[in-house]
Amino acid sequence: MKTTPLTEKHIALGAKMAEFAGYNMPISYAGIKEEHACVRNDVGVFDVSHMGEFIVKGKEALDLIQKVTSNNAAKLEIGDAQYSCLPNHKGGVVDDLLVYRLPEDNCTEGEQAFMLVVNASNIEKDWNWIKEHNTFDTRLINISGETGLLAVQGPKAADALQSLTEVDLKSVKYYSFVKGQFAGLDNVIISATGYTGSGGFELYASSDQLAQLWDAVFEAGKDFGIKPVGLGARDTLRLEMGFALYGNDISDTTSPIEAGLGWITKTKKGEFNSVEIFRKQRVEGITRKLVGFEVLDRRVPRHDYIIQDTDGNEIGVVTSGTMSPSLEKPIGMGYVKKEFSTEGTEIQISTGRKSLNAKVVKVPFYKV
Amino acid sequence: MNFPVDLKYSEEHEWIRVGDDDTAYIGITDHAQSELGELVYVEVDTLGDEVAKDDIFGTVEAVKTTSDLYMPVSGTVLEFNPKIDEAEDDEPGLINSDPYGDGWIIKVKLSDPSELDSLMDSEAYQALLA
Repeated sequence: MKTTPLTEKHIALGAKMAEFAGYNMPISYAGIKEEHACVRNDVGVFDVSHMGEFIVKGKEALDLIQKVTSNNAAKLEIGDAQYSCLPNHKGGVVDDLLVYRLPEDNCTEGEQAFMLVVNASNIEKDWNWIKEHNTFDTRLINISGETGLLAVQGPKAADALQSLTEVDLKSVKYYSFVKGQFAGLDNVIISATGYTGSGGFELYASSDQLAQLWDAVFEAGKDFGIKPVGLGARDTLRLEMGFALYGNDISDTTSPIEAGLGWITKTKKGEFNSVEIFRKQRVEGITRKLVGFEVLDRRVPRHDYIIQDTDGNEIGVVTSGTMSPSLEKPIGMGYVKKEFSTEGTEIQISTGRKSLNAKVVKVPFYKV
Repeated sequence: MNFPVDLKYSEEHEWIRVGDDDTAYIGITDHAQSELGELVYVEVDTLGDEVAKDDIFGTVEAVKTTSDLYMPVSGTVLEFNPKIDEAEDDEPGLINSDPYGDGWIIKVKLSDPSELDSLMDSEAYQALLA
């Protein structure tokens, strides 16, 4: 099993560890509910160094990114980040990702540089996919191995971290970043992004400096109630916001249009993989849709449970579910036939043994 | 982890404590609660029923996962612990904090006490986990 630069620290902290995407990762430290509340109310720190990072650099770097991603990367200024996805050739999704437009200090005249941040479970698949499409004058560099990533999330994140940097953290806008000095380290990417909905930063640093960064972050945050948070709470936090998880809610066989990711599918930006399929889906409509739902009985919906209409006919499948720690009720997401996708529609979730009453609701489930 | 010697254990990680008159308390082991993580809800939909050995008598919901509960031996479900029942005190976390005490799940009347012989003692159960 692979490790992150912090695996030993997690074990020393007494974290419950488990394999995730081939890495030995912390699932929880003090308990999912407590860690979840810590991020919603104060500030929490995730080691997400398992995520993959690729550098795309060259005169035609933007052309390659425009070809393989669905969002319009031409809109990015240096210092911007963008949520996007890699469509396959069948209208499905190879992965979802963040695209960063990097400063051009290491570029020669006419070159641009981007960083793509991809899911740990898809690093190899994405790498091969992007490489296959690289018919452009641009280089691809996989820096996943040398790159560590901490997500410091929660309403007190900026205050907790401010003593570590000259960069005015509160002025870093959502989905933008600054590359600068942080905790005495050079060239840290301080990115106002995250997967929790509670605000905060993602800090990209070199792997061999990550332990130092971790210690500095906890020292700086100690008066703000800072705590380590595992992948368990990462899942409950993202699900409360209705954020899709690759492998659950989006996959090689789901369209971004069906998944409610039409806003990152810019079918007018020019040609890219599967654009014709997405244009057609825009015009002709789709037959199923990813929706959020609340279970009215106190049972928790789980991935792969069947969704039924109130007569028990199969209309879809659950892709994610949990007991929402903030709302204290069971919530989930799943694909349903389009006619059942309107807010308020009564549906049933079959556990195999019984059918639970549920209703379609708007996401986010939780308003921060 | 703690596995009291006065209990019997099943391969499905339930424990049973036999009392007087062929009644017994059933819960899940310290190992099971630790694997499941924080419990958020327990459902027992077999109250009053006679449930055969190895059949499902209820379900536990943790934040991350759902797990069915299996009868270690055949019996009639007499009681669902009111401390963890949602309709009463609703404290499923007792199963995490005190799995062999306040976190018991059901009280049963044994149908065939000789079935107890098929279960493991503390030592055998720990060997199963090792």
